[in-house]
Amino acid sequence: MSERSDQVVVLGVGMHPWGKWGKPFAEYGAFAGRAALADAGVEWTDVDYLAAGNTMRNGYPGYVAGSTLAQALGWSGIPVSSSYAACASGVVAIEAARARIQSGRAEVALAIGADTAPKGFFGPLPGERPEDPDWLRFHVLGATNPTYFALYARRRMELYGATEKDFAAVKVKNSRHGLSNENARYRKQFTADEIAESPIVADPLRLVDICATSDGAAAVVLASADYAASRGTKDAVRIAGISTVTPAYPNTALDLPDIATDSAVGAPPTERSFRDSIAHAAYEEAGVGPGDLSCAEVYDLSTALELDWYENIGLCAPGEAEALLHSGATTLGGRVPVNPSGGLACFGEAIPAQAIAQVCELTWQLRGQAGERQVEGANVGLSINQGLFGHGSCVIATR
Amino acid sequence: MAKPRLPVVEGLFREESDGSARLLGGRCPVCGASFFPKQYSFCRNPRCGGTALDDVELSTRGALWSFTDNRYAPPPPYPARDPFEPYGVAAVELVDEQMIVLGQLARGTDVGSLSAGAEMTLVVEPLYETVDEVRTVWKWRPA
Repeated sequence: MSERSDQVVVLGVGMHPWGKWGKPFAEYGAFAGRAALADAGVEWTDVDYLAAGNTMRNGYPGYVAGSTLAQALGWSGIPVSSSYAACASGVVAIEAARARIQSGRAEVALAIGADTAPKGFFGPLPGERPEDPDWLRFHVLGATNPTYFALYARRRMELYGATEKDFAAVKVKNSRHGLSNENARYRKQFTADEIAESPIVADPLRLVDICATSDGAAAVVLASADYAASRGTKDAVRIAGISTVTPAYPNTALDLPDIATDSAVGAPPTERSFRDSIAHAAYEEAGVGPGDLSCAEVYDLSTALELDWYENIGLCAPGEAEALLHSGATTLGGRVPVNPSGGLACFGEAIPAQAIAQVCELTWQLRGQAGERQVEGANVGLSINQGLFGHGSCVIATR
Repeated sequence: MAKPRLPVVEGLFREESDGSARLLGGRCPVCGASFFPKQYSFCRNPRCGGTALDDVELSTRGALWSFTDNRYAPPPPYPARDPFEPYGVAAVELVDEQMIVLGQLARGTDVGSLSAGAEMTLVVEPLYETVDEVRTVWKWRPA
């Protein structure tokens, strides 16, 4: 948690609520951007750089989200970037903004992710492309995203004796956390009995174990520590570490959208699994460890996946996540609340916005502005996710 | 006359006369790593540098790593039958290649009877039919 000359701080955060309205994604994105600017007390015309996360299902404007959003906010002539890294797109955009500030080529930058999501299962882009692993897994295997989530969930059951009741307990917790979150799409307390009645989509996962797809947008205003000081901003939330790592070879963990892993033959095993390496890189940069965390926002694409993340971010040893959950440690009021926002369980995924939304939540928590879901005395927060095709993202924020 | 049986996608597998499947992959003659699909002409081990891959048939048996079933029809391009027929999906670790390969479970496999570590073997089954032909795919079934 050292002070450094290249320190980047969060001046403002903002979101458009999550839901399903079908408006243009830039409508949501501009709303979130303006909210973050207002929170920061910065004019759009004073922003030096805009970094956006792309969206794949909104045509050409989605592939050039940086300029689409710059036009929506009103052309100001600044340079922009448009990044795509699937679910990790938002943090890749934040990292682009941070790098620009660290290199001295911007004092204040805006990062935005916004999406308008189609209904139902995500499918691959149209066309017949046997060389595209994303097309191949759908056409040849019918392997949807929930198929992979279910394979991971079943693996936990086979390896550690996890049960459907454990997974349901994650949903019960997160649905309680999100009750008071005005940006959440689903604000309903689920009970274990209700979850047990939900239809099975991919055994052992039920409909309510799997996150929905949503419209939504989130934005952060980043600035150099000098810029923040020059405006009299004291004690801003600091970005202490960002990880945007890719896997090391051989990646022997089954990852979306591949139909096979790397072979472990002919190369030494990697020092840590890909998911473990995502948090590790951020911890290294931030100079903190799992024991320092006040709270964490982890990517609960499924209830079972939240349990995997407990182990990947070092909250407990492999196989101990169920016990940690049932101890109450990861519930609001516990030692290290996980997904105080309600997580994807309450939001549904808005792909390029979600990782930025996680950072918005950390910021509110660290500022003590999270209202009924406030983690008392929060001063170190971690957010983590993984995007298909080998993208990891993790942010550690401190105050 | 029976309709001709063709693989759903060329170059991923072939069918033996006994109905078993052979997965068609690539193997690096330098480091020994296998790749499925072969995908590229070169080795992806960053410390190897092998510039060519041999065409190989992968192991036909492996250990079950995990499994599930899909109870709702996926979106296109999955050629779902009408009415939709749920199907299982298995992740199987090939022992020699030390890699996990996905496949649907053979029809009639009881997902509830499976457990990790079980020995699995490859078979070929129809995935869908057109007026002129049967399109096939590899599947895993308990050995």
